[in-house]
Amino acid sequence: MSSIADTSVLPAQRRRLPAASSWTMTTAVSVALLALMPLGFVLWATVATGWETAQQLIFRSRVGELMINTILLVVFTIPICTLLSVALAWLTERSDLPGARLWSWLCVAPLAVPAFVHSYAWVGLWPGIHGLGAGIAISVVAYFPFVYLPVSAAFRLLDPALEDQAASLGLAPLAVFRRVVLPQLRLALCGGALLIGLHLLAEYGLYAMIRFDTFTTAIIDQFQSTYNGVAAYMLAVVLVVCCFVLLGLEAAVRGRRRYARLGPGVARQAKVARLGRWAYPCLLLPLVTSAFSLGIPAFTLGRWLVGGGTSIWRMDEIGLALSQTLVICLVGGLATTTAAVPIAWLSVRRPTRASRLLEACYYLASSMPGVVVALALVTITVRLLLPLYQTLATIVLAYVIMFLPRALVSLRASIAQVPMELEQAAASLGRSPANALWSTTVRLAAPGAAAGVALASLGIMNELTATQMLAPNGTRTLAMAFWALTGEIDYAGAAPYAVLMVLFSLPLTWLLHHQSKKIAGR
Amino acid sequence: MTLLQLNFLNKHFGAVAALDGVHLTATSGSRTAIVGPSGCGKTTLLRLIAGFETPDAGEILLDGHRIADADAQVPAHLRNIGIVAQDGCLFPHLSVVDNIGFGLKAERAVKLARASELLDMVGLDQAMLARKPDQLSGGQQQRVALARALARKPRLMLLDEPFSALDTGLRAATRKAVTEVLSTAGITTILVTHDQGEALAFADQLAVMRGGRFVQVGHPREVYERPVDAATAVFLGEAVLLPAVVTAGRAQTPLGVLAVEDLEFRGQTTVLLRPEQISVRRVEGGEGDGVITDLVFGGSTCNVCLTLGGTEAFSFRIDVPSRDIRSAGDRVAIGVDGPAHIFP
Repeated sequence: MSSIADTSVLPAQRRRLPAASSWTMTTAVSVALLALMPLGFVLWATVATGWETAQQLIFRSRVGELMINTILLVVFTIPICTLLSVALAWLTERSDLPGARLWSWLCVAPLAVPAFVHSYAWVGLWPGIHGLGAGIAISVVAYFPFVYLPVSAAFRLLDPALEDQAASLGLAPLAVFRRVVLPQLRLALCGGALLIGLHLLAEYGLYAMIRFDTFTTAIIDQFQSTYNGVAAYMLAVVLVVCCFVLLGLEAAVRGRRRYARLGPGVARQAKVARLGRWAYPCLLLPLVTSAFSLGIPAFTLGRWLVGGGTSIWRMDEIGLALSQTLVICLVGGLATTTAAVPIAWLSVRRPTRASRLLEACYYLASSMPGVVVALALVTITVRLLLPLYQTLATIVLAYVIMFLPRALVSLRASIAQVPMELEQAAASLGRSPANALWSTTVRLAAPGAAAGVALASLGIMNELTATQMLAPNGTRTLAMAFWALTGEIDYAGAAPYAVLMVLFSLPLTWLLHHQSKKIAGR
Repeated sequence: MTLLQLNFLNKHFGAVAALDGVHLTATSGSRTAIVGPSGCGKTTLLRLIAGFETPDAGEILLDGHRIADADAQVPAHLRNIGIVAQDGCLFPHLSVVDNIGFGLKAERAVKLARASELLDMVGLDQAMLARKPDQLSGGQQQRVALARALARKPRLMLLDEPFSALDTGLRAATRKAVTEVLSTAGITTILVTHDQGEALAFADQLAVMRGGRFVQVGHPREVYERPVDAATAVFLGEAVLLPAVVTAGRAQTPLGVLAVEDLEFRGQTTVLLRPEQISVRRVEGGEGDGVITDLVFGGSTCNVCLTLGGTEAFSFRIDVPSRDIRSAGDRVAIGVDGPAHIFP
């Protein structure tokens, strides 16, 4: 913190600025370099393997199968999620659907259930379920909130005057939706779809449970069975290329423009569409969605809990897993948020091309699948820094790489809300620079920082892929314990762990829902 | 010929009456300005005419056809009524040419030709066609919005405070350009504004709105010179209100005996003089009619407080040419030109 204190903008201290600012910059660059390590590793692996071997390992039928699986999964899941989310968002934000507020909650709530718990719940209900169809269905219910959240926020932010204007120019309601509303939802749709796509590529537990092979599951199989580096490395290379394709596609579709509301003033509240006799048919959509996305997990978990009785609550094991998880989450969350402070501060108070580039690096690094990050860190520690292999430090670094943007978004928003004039006012009232910073910006940005810690921690709690590859010996987090028990087909024994993860994740969904409301100013 | 007719329009938002029995008739090709303080219901009225809101009671007739009453409405997209909103309301995701061509059902080439023709009409450069709205200034955005609304040759044009977001110089120029375009095209127009100067300059029919109803409708000059009440008089411009005792066309006021047009009225009342009826001249060494008790220099004019002599010291504020008046304490002679107006 002291480095930031030194750089508070007071005229008399201006000459001290460059040094302190560059200190912050140095930290931010170092974190970015660490974050880019997995990408560097992938590059290194490609070069070190050599073209001959790489070609043999990449262009083979196994990779082809995985590629087809991945493409089909993405090509079906994303459009279904998009359609479902736009329909749900319209119903909950723009129509007089009975209980719209409750439904909008229930549309976000599936995020509280880790993806692999969704899968576990479906398998519990239909033991034979497997393959592409199951993969798509479970992915949709697990991930559609990623589109629903930004789209419903965008609906609230739309200026209804534009829709009125389009009607006055002779467009029927459907045409207004297609030509005016949809284009303005594009950013939200692109962002949400990208997030889903990256999750589809990175998720392990969901697909392993239903025996659907993707690059991620294949890499882990390879890693666990043989430790044969090269084959796993080459799969990781293909996976990273897939990520880049998604990122590129999203950037191309999104375009460079942001659609700001033109003109001054506050947008009028949107009119609510009257569903009339359509209200009950329309209710079916959120009802069925919630039945699948919340009902199935609730039912399966409930059944195992009731069936298992008290014997499944092995309190010593659960207690140990819980305390280990909490320690890892807290350490990881704090480390992630601390690592995000320099870049958050730079991007708000010293926005330059360099700071924007740095930010892009963090986002790029975090969009790499957990399995690639873990593979990179395992290889690097084993080869170069063996004492760090399977230590808390390494796994925390993995979490920093994967979850830094979560902390960054919260931090940046809260720092941006504190006008620099407040610091100056505090200084003019006789506070020292450090004191002025502490009593204004830090104080006011603290809730944002806390939200950042919470968001990162909860991400860490439900992280399975990298955790099981990197966790120190003897560590067993809730997710790991859950996964180990389901691996032994002890579904009842796994239920308490799933319940704990859901319970801890509920605040996360509340936070997300709350933030999306706040963005819209309500 | 009557184009638009509003009968007994009512609209409530909760317990608040936004419109309370509104009547209006606009003839074909006319320009009507609806003026009133903010919150008087004028924007609601415009939204009812456009079809964005539905009336609780009353009816709207366009060209003799009923387009809205409490039971049934022609939806906005079938009315062919153009509207230009306060902030232009351009579609941020479309270029200028796509904005202008938005409501046209035609091939791209036809749209382009029409857009460039309209851009000429509203006095914008052809180079603007490819721009996005956020690359235009406020005045340019308003002109594009007008071009977009004109593209479909609307039967009626609604202007919802279209100039209020512009700064002063631009406002007058844009208003003049818009007025010219609309009168050339012969389109019946309704302008809503809270700026009385704009309303007076724009309209050939002025409707003054207050508390959800029209308090006076008429030719701008008529309404300005013969307002129905003191509030309307003050709203439309500087007003000097004098207590008076009226008998047979003559009003006894602190400014002396003034002529009034109403020959029937007798009794105590308040009469109106507009400042342009009053001339103030400094007198050297004489009593004069009054004394300047306060003076605020404002360039070409001074805002002064005149206190009249006589039994009860009556004072009022007025702008006078600054050349003659020097300082507080000057004694002045006051002349009145034309009759005073009695509020009915």
